[in-house]
Amino acid sequence: MQVMINGKAEEIAGGTVLDLLKAKSIEPQMVAVEVNDTMLERTHLETTQLKDGDHVEFLFYMGGGR
Amino acid sequence: MEFTETQINRYSRHILLPEVGGKGQKKIIQAKVLIVGAGGLGSPAALYLAAAGIGTIGLIDSDVVDLSNLQRQVIHQTPDVGRPKVVSGKEKIQALNPDVNVVMYEERLTAGNALKIMGGYDVVIDGVDNFPTKFLINDACYFAGKPLVHGGILRFDGRVTTIIPKQSACYRCVFKKPPPEGLVASCQEAGVIGVLAGIIGTIQATEALKLILGIGRPLTDRLLDFDARRTQFREIRIKRNPDCPLCGERPTITELMEDGDVAGPTCALPGQRNL
Ligand SMILES: [Zn+2]
Repeated sequence: MQVMINGKAEEIAGGTVLDLLKAKSIEPQMVAVEVNDTMLERTHLETTQLKDGDHVEFLFYMGGGR
Repeated sequence: MEFTETQINRYSRHILLPEVGGKGQKKIIQAKVLIVGAGGLGSPAALYLAAAGIGTIGLIDSDVVDLSNLQRQVIHQTPDVGRPKVVSGKEKIQALNPDVNVVMYEERLTAGNALKIMGGYDVVIDGVDNFPTKFLINDACYFAGKPLVHGGILRFDGRVTTIIPKQSACYRCVFKKPPPEGLVASCQEAGVIGVLAGIIGTIQATEALKLILGIGRPLTDRLLDFDARRTQFREIRIKRNPDCPLCGERPTITELMEDGDVAGPTCALPGQRNL
């Protein structure tokens, strides 16, 4: 199925948001995840099933400034 | 207040704009902006806000200028190495525009001094390099009810967003708490392309001016991410999170405190930006 990940269409196997994080080797503690414009609680990463056409945003910390 | 001849001349390109005019320029002259961090983001923000005629600019920074700062911290110059950043910053601001009153705070922003310092300002600009202080600024602006223009830069990426407390999404609506310390790279390890500070810092200054003038549409409920490698901006819609520990329905943060160690600069993410 196809989902939009950070604005780009991607084919994925399906599964939960946590599965997608694992597939991309993203440490869950280092990312905030928005699915269809709603922030996901960290505890919901493994209970949220992705559906065809979902919009997923991985928001990484960006800390510098000095 | 009435403009002097010199002011009319200095600000003529602003006064010519129907959205600014004499009335708007007076708002700028009466405005007070606090810049936390006189470094990469704070430098361009301070210089452009000074040029615009902001009446009072507060600069908070406890550091002295280091040679490695000059690659991006354009308010400081080679002879300033070793001098306090707030002193160096004040000099450059006043050389550019002697009308600006610069208030120096040669200290770190802490839970103890944040609300007192912020109290006197209309807008706060985040130009700091560590997560605990970024969260502290977010929280303090919430408790003080001050609009905040948040910025961050790392490697080739930058981000900016405007936060109007109790009205738009705050930093904790997206990122509930600072990242675990062992997982973040320090700025020194990560590096940053210097011009990014100019790009993001000047957007922060633009946002501050818009808030002061009350014009346009603020960068609220949106994260604006910039990728310098592709020269691409991307806007991510965010919204107030009912589960936000600060501004949500059942807040767990009810008074200002430090969330993590503000002593060490920490930048971010172990390289998962390139999706
Ligand atoms: Zn919030």
